[in-house]
Amino acid sequence: MQWLSDFIDTAPVFLDALWLTLQLALWSIVLAAVLGAVLAYCRLSRLGPVRALAAGYVSLIRGTPLVTQLFIIYFGLASIVTIEAFWAGVIGLSVHNAAYVAEIYRSGIQSVPTGQVEAGRSLGMSSWKTMRLVIAPQALRTVLPSLGNQFIIAVKDTSVAAFITVAELFRTAQIVAAEKFRPLEFYVIVGIYYLVIVLLLSGGVRMLERRMGRYGV
Amino acid sequence: MVVRIRGAAKAFGPVTVFEGIDLDVHQSEVVVLIGPSGAGKSTLLRCVNGLERLDAGTIDISGERLSYQQGPLNRIRRNVGMVFQSFNLFPHMSVLGNVMCAPVKVAGRPRDEARQEARQLLDKVGLADKCDSFPSSLSGGQRQRVAIARALAMRPQLMLFDEPTSALDPELVGEVLEVMRALATEGMTMIVVTHEMQFARKVADRVVLVADGGIVEQGSPQAVLDEPATPRARAFLNAVLER
Repeated sequence: MQWLSDFIDTAPVFLDALWLTLQLALWSIVLAAVLGAVLAYCRLSRLGPVRALAAGYVSLIRGTPLVTQLFIIYFGLASIVTIEAFWAGVIGLSVHNAAYVAEIYRSGIQSVPTGQVEAGRSLGMSSWKTMRLVIAPQALRTVLPSLGNQFIIAVKDTSVAAFITVAELFRTAQIVAAEKFRPLEFYVIVGIYYLVIVLLLSGGVRMLERRMGRYGV
Repeated sequence: MVVRIRGAAKAFGPVTVFEGIDLDVHQSEVVVLIGPSGAGKSTLLRCVNGLERLDAGTIDISGERLSYQQGPLNRIRRNVGMVFQSFNLFPHMSVLGNVMCAPVKVAGRPRDEARQEARQLLDKVGLADKCDSFPSSLSGGQRQRVAIARALAMRPQLMLFDEPTSALDPELVGEVLEVMRALATEGMTMIVVTHEMQFARKVADRVVLVADGGIVEQGSPQAVLDEPATPRARAFLNAVLER
């Protein structure tokens, strides 16, 4: 039972790293959800330049690897500002995920029939109230599965922060594996940690879907 | 006068929908717009609450000039209820939520008061028992009655009906028209776009025939439907009534 003892022996180290991974994931998901909303709003703006700017952001971020983005923020910007590795990770991951989240929001907003907007406006709602009370709740329900999927990717992508020295799960696995000369065991173990987070998260998303699905369209 | 339209013109790209339309609607009057498909009845109706923009002309509602600035437009819309062909109920809200939403969130009325009034309105349209249902569980006729209650909840001075029964199964048309008739009897000012000639005959104070980009004929239901003066009106009515 070498595996089990490996797992138990390293649990304290991995649990610390897990905590860091969770913080990284939570911060970047929350910030991406907010920044993504702003971006989606810009992409659907009536003003051409605002639309173009948001579209440019999305293509730039989607067109470059996450690891490059993190390196630019942590190593690249070091000559201008020093950002603590953890926060560089949070910023990079948020900026990255926001581009995808924005596209998901946009598709959701566009999936709501125009009749809904007209109904809201005909009752005297401002465009902001129509968005908040009528469009957003319906759009959110439609995109919940895609959004959940993106957040799962976001959780796993926190592992890239290992390469800018954040001592999260994957970096910890690298260190432990190197110390004990048993890469197979410890990379499998770290995989299991990620798997558990993702399974819990997707269970949560499914529960949310069921709760929001009660009005069934 | 509740509505005063002068010189209204609207085009979609190169296609003129209507032009030079003058129309007045008085307090408690029920005006029914009839006419062939594509004649611009619905577009004209949608211009009255600014869902479509006029290219030329003016619309005054209770003496206030319709503008397309957000603030004033939203204020006017609070006083103008609209019922759509496809209901457009909010699917994520209960029936009661649909009716209460605007009074609370737009007019800023206290929640309890709005709830009570919403229940009364739903009772009036015969759906008191459906308060907690969601729109997806209702029939088309029930949905449209909720939509009427939702529009009435803002206590509008004017109600616009855009082909309210066109999306309904034939056996559900009656219940919606009945609600509209009751509303007319109470003295609500209404503009109704419809193909229901019987409704026009029985409920309208004035029938307006819109065709070929303008008002072809208007007058009492008897005058327009039974003794149309123009060949265009006769052609349309023959086509409709002979079905």
